[in-house]
Amino acid sequence: MGGSASQLPRDLLGEYQELTFLTKQEIVLAHKRFSELLSKEERESILQKRVPKSKILTLPELRANPFQDRICRVFSTSEDEDGSMSFEDFLDMLSVFSDSATSEIKSHYAFRIFDFDDDGTLDRKDLEKLVNCLTGEGDETRLSESEMDQLIENILEESDIDKDGTINLSEFQHVISRSPDFASSFKIVL
Amino acid sequence: MFLSAIKTVYGPSKLRTTPLLSSDNTTLIKDKEGINERLREHFSNLLNRPSTVNNNVLNEIPQQPALRDLDFPPAIDEIKKAHNMISFIVGIEVDNEEGSAAESEDDDKESEKEKKVTAKTRRGNARGRARKDSEEEEETRTAGQRRQRNRRAQRKQAGNEDSDSDGESCKNKKNRANQISKQQEPSDDGEDDNKGSRKGKGKNETKQEKKPDEKGKKEKDNKKKKDKKKKGSSSSDSDSEEEPITEEELAKLKEEVEEKKKLIATLRNKPWQMKKKLDVLKEAQLFVEKFEGALGKGKGKKFYAYKVMMTKKWMKFQRDFENFKTACIPWEMKIKEIESHFGSSVASYFIFLRWMYGINMILFGLTFGLVMVPEVLMGKPYGTLPRKTVPRAEEKTAMNFATLWDFSGLAQYSVLFYGYYNNQRTIGWLKFRMPLSYFLVGVGTIAYSYMVVIRTMARNANEEGGGDDTSFNFSWKMFTSWDYLIGNPETADNKFASITTSFKEAILEEQENRKEENIHLTRFLRVLANFLALCTLAGSGYLIYFVVRRSQKFALEGLDNYGWWERNEVNMVMSLLGMFCPTLFDVISSLENYHPRIALRWQLGRIFALFLGNLYTFIIALMDEINLKLEEEKIVKYNMTIWEASLYNGTIPENATAPPIQVDPADVPRGPCWETMVGQEFVRLTISDTMTTYITIIIGDFLRAVFVRFFNYCWCWDLEYGFPSYSEFDISGNVLGLIFNQGMIWMGSFYAPGLPAINVFRLHTSMYLQCWAVMCCNVPHERVFKASRSNNFYMAMLLFILFLSTLPAVYTIVSIPPSFDCGPFSGKTRMFEVISETLENDFPSWFGKVFSYASNPGLILPFILLMVLSIYYLNATSKTYKEANLDLKKKLQSQAEENKKRNKQKAQQSREMEENSLETKPKQQGSKQDSAADQGIQKGRGDKESKKKTSHQQEGSPSQQHSPGPNAHYASHGRGGSLAPPPHIAVTRPPVPRGYGMPGYPPRNPRFEGFPGGYPRMPRGTPNYR
Repeated sequence: MGGSASQLPRDLLGEYQELTFLTKQEIVLAHKRFSELLSKEERESILQKRVPKSKILTLPELRANPFQDRICRVFSTSEDEDGSMSFEDFLDMLSVFSDSATSEIKSHYAFRIFDFDDDGTLDRKDLEKLVNCLTGEGDETRLSESEMDQLIENILEESDIDKDGTINLSEFQHVISRSPDFASSFKIVL
Repeated sequence: MFLSAIKTVYGPSKLRTTPLLSSDNTTLIKDKEGINERLREHFSNLLNRPSTVNNNVLNEIPQQPALRDLDFPPAIDEIKKAHNMISFIVGIEVDNEEGSAAESEDDDKESEKEKKVTAKTRRGNARGRARKDSEEEEETRTAGQRRQRNRRAQRKQAGNEDSDSDGESCKNKKNRANQISKQQEPSDDGEDDNKGSRKGKGKNETKQEKKPDEKGKKEKDNKKKKDKKKKGSSSSDSDSEEEPITEEELAKLKEEVEEKKKLIATLRNKPWQMKKKLDVLKEAQLFVEKFEGALGKGKGKKFYAYKVMMTKKWMKFQRDFENFKTACIPWEMKIKEIESHFGSSVASYFIFLRWMYGINMILFGLTFGLVMVPEVLMGKPYGTLPRKTVPRAEEKTAMNFATLWDFSGLAQYSVLFYGYYNNQRTIGWLKFRMPLSYFLVGVGTIAYSYMVVIRTMARNANEEGGGDDTSFNFSWKMFTSWDYLIGNPETADNKFASITTSFKEAILEEQENRKEENIHLTRFLRVLANFLALCTLAGSGYLIYFVVRRSQKFALEGLDNYGWWERNEVNMVMSLLGMFCPTLFDVISSLENYHPRIALRWQLGRIFALFLGNLYTFIIALMDEINLKLEEEKIVKYNMTIWEASLYNGTIPENATAPPIQVDPADVPRGPCWETMVGQEFVRLTISDTMTTYITIIIGDFLRAVFVRFFNYCWCWDLEYGFPSYSEFDISGNVLGLIFNQGMIWMGSFYAPGLPAINVFRLHTSMYLQCWAVMCCNVPHERVFKASRSNNFYMAMLLFILFLSTLPAVYTIVSIPPSFDCGPFSGKTRMFEVISETLENDFPSWFGKVFSYASNPGLILPFILLMVLSIYYLNATSKTYKEANLDLKKKLQSQAEENKKRNKQKAQQSREMEENSLETKPKQQGSKQDSAADQGIQKGRGDKESKKKTSHQQEGSPSQQHSPGPNAHYASHGRGGSLAPPPHIAVTRPPVPRGYGMPGYPPRNPRFEGFPGGYPRMPRGTPNYR
């Protein structure tokens, strides 16, 4: 495990194992990766430091992800809402995206990631943004207005059980829980 | 003395009562009883005046307008302050309750309690919640007020007071929260109502934070309460003091500790932030540590402590072991890298490869450890027996590389093949039963493979669950189509494109489900494609048959007359077919225009049929050869007797009983040994298969990539995006190759114990080679799709192949007599006789008898019948379960919808009623003034809130009303059950649908449990996230 392991106190490591779905190796690896994001002098007090969003996004695991901003926002505990992450936030994120996390908690966070305006429901605007995220930046892959409308209409028809025009968490989890490949794709491995 | 002196000076000289006039002013009452009677009369008159107020008038008194601005979400630091106060007060509350229990003596003890409260507060501080002194004083004051209120509330529910302390305390706490927040800042009731205005994350978090905090504290309080109850109000307040605990409390404490432990175990399932989780964990651990020791009494105590220690150690060991296990999984990083570049579908191949590698390692361990090593160590060495020696005719070429490469010569007479093993019953000083071990390992290999494959399939099936539900087609496309593992921008672009296409396709499909003119064309094309595929299959089958026939002809004439090609014709043809036919199928399938996932299935099916056909043609050819060898064997046997006779006759014709003449084992004529021949064929096939795979990778992928990359500079069209381009990773072909290779291993490993070793080596190298090839010369699929659903498809194929490959193996073992002069079973008429031999010689006679009875058809037939019946029964029950499941699903859905509707109606009603609330409110409050007084605040808030909610937030109101839910949850933990009536809800609100956890509510899927609640305002403590 080398030098980086010695930086994480043992009891803390144990607690992190207790609190996340990660194994010891994964936590140590996460610690290493996280400390690489910090500058030399900052590494002394890694647990107190926050890494700005721009640096988090340089991680190859998040680089290509269209939801990178949302992921940072959701897992960040920063008070100025700049998406910066502390080590514990980072661990939280990895835990949720780990292989062994329950689909319950995965879907919970997926919902928060998709909820672009943080209002607790997925409304049409959120869905639209979501579709745009999924279809990429390029113009040729964008959906046209009518296609978008049709798509959102269909989605609401399927998932919006109470017909209030939005999808709330429980409706979302209801849909997700039946999906065969959600748990296998909602995964980020360091 | 002094007192009495004062009394005599100042005090009344005589005890006397003040006389009163009677009610009619006629008499002066002087006696004590009379006075009391008079007072009673007076007060009953005073208090029971008939009301002269008209209710209508009361209703018309104008109501104060609702103060909406009270409803504004508070700022974070306000909440923090309020939260601090709450947690603070909770610490004191216990005293109050207890105080009110001893209500009658209240006044006398007022001052005393005041003191105690302060003491408590101090203790609270000592517990680590540092607070400013001024705040503390304020707290104390608040506590005093609260006490008054508490008393009032408790008077009302005097009956339940003792038993419902739990629910009560919760309620009180809530009221208090309201009260305090009102004092502090006008509008903090977000905490109780979990109202949804998520003003930033901060607020939400604070809310959640309160929950565990309060919970932990409550438990502490309860503990304290218990102490208190025993000690009475006058007891000292030291917590650390050890006191005798009664059985009942012990049980409760135990329960709490258990609960805490459970909390620790499930903490990671909660969507909280790490800090919170850490806090909760620490608190819970502290609690457990503190009170765990107190559990158990007398001699049980030691045992309990020991048990606790052991569980701790065991947990730690388990965790370490888990860590160790994950550390042992090889190639994690490689696969992860591939995953990030190519998505999960390509990675699934490598995971499959790794899984296969694990299985082969175990097979290899079995054969290596139980067959090969004992034979090498303890068996007779090379050259001692004819079967262990290279025959004289082959000696010259035995060490040539070409011969070794062909697995004949020296390699043929080695532990790698069946023929080398001796039929000696026991070998070495261990008395190792070689033939038995050989047989059992052969059977065990196949049994183990079955077990592993079926177990994996079952697990996969479990995970997939009800995946065939197509009612969420669009939503799944939307919510689950992104593969978060993708870390490569290029792959991401492909993924974007494929998602867009899938959206567009889905929309198109939805819009016009049937396209008349196209369907004929596609149908025609599909039929044509299938026809072509069939032709290819038939052609390849015939080709193999032809080649095998030809090779037999060559074999009869003697292989030495022919060149390399003739000797390796069969293998080469099979490999070439395996190489080119899939490509052909690929071309054919482009005619069909299926969705890639379906196309993959078709492709897999066709290649599967191809390989299967090839394999079985090969096996049939082998069978022919076996029969030939058997014929040959008969001739050799006959020749042997002649040769032996000639040997004896030639040297010592007159003495037949003389010791046999020493003949060099190399000179002894020997039978053809068909088992070794079969083993050799399989080994050769495996090797040539491996070679073709590698050569395909080198030429088809690497050289092509090099060519495209470097000739692109000087070519007339764009090579990279034009015709040759880079190759894609062919998942289906590779998976099938792997599966068929495994099939050959299963078939051949009985006759060539070295085969698993070769296969392990092959898998190991191909892991590295393919990883490298994929990363350096393949491009991601244009249409990236996820492979998770195919997993069980692969597994099913593997199982099928396993079954097909055990068939010939078992057939040869059971029905073909083993060779007479080679292998561990030589001299027996059938191979499985080794079992009965062992039973006879190594087990007591009764065991053999039992076994023979047990293997009697009279017993076996009923047993089979029983198994069939049980399968039928299990099948039937599983069917009914499935139906029941479906029913439940439907019920759930309809219920959820009904709930929604009802909630909506309720919300509407409440909106309507709210307009009339001006009239209704005072009336209601008149009736239950006391108890409702505190809750009135909350109610009012709730009303305002529910009014304020826009339609999509209406579900909020039930979630608020669920608030007794969590309390009930606690009460059920044994503090006398919750008899407390649910808090009175303001009448302006509609009656509540019964919530989860309340009696009489039909069991629901926990998933739906928080259903009506909007996300951010989940009621605290709903088991939704546990």
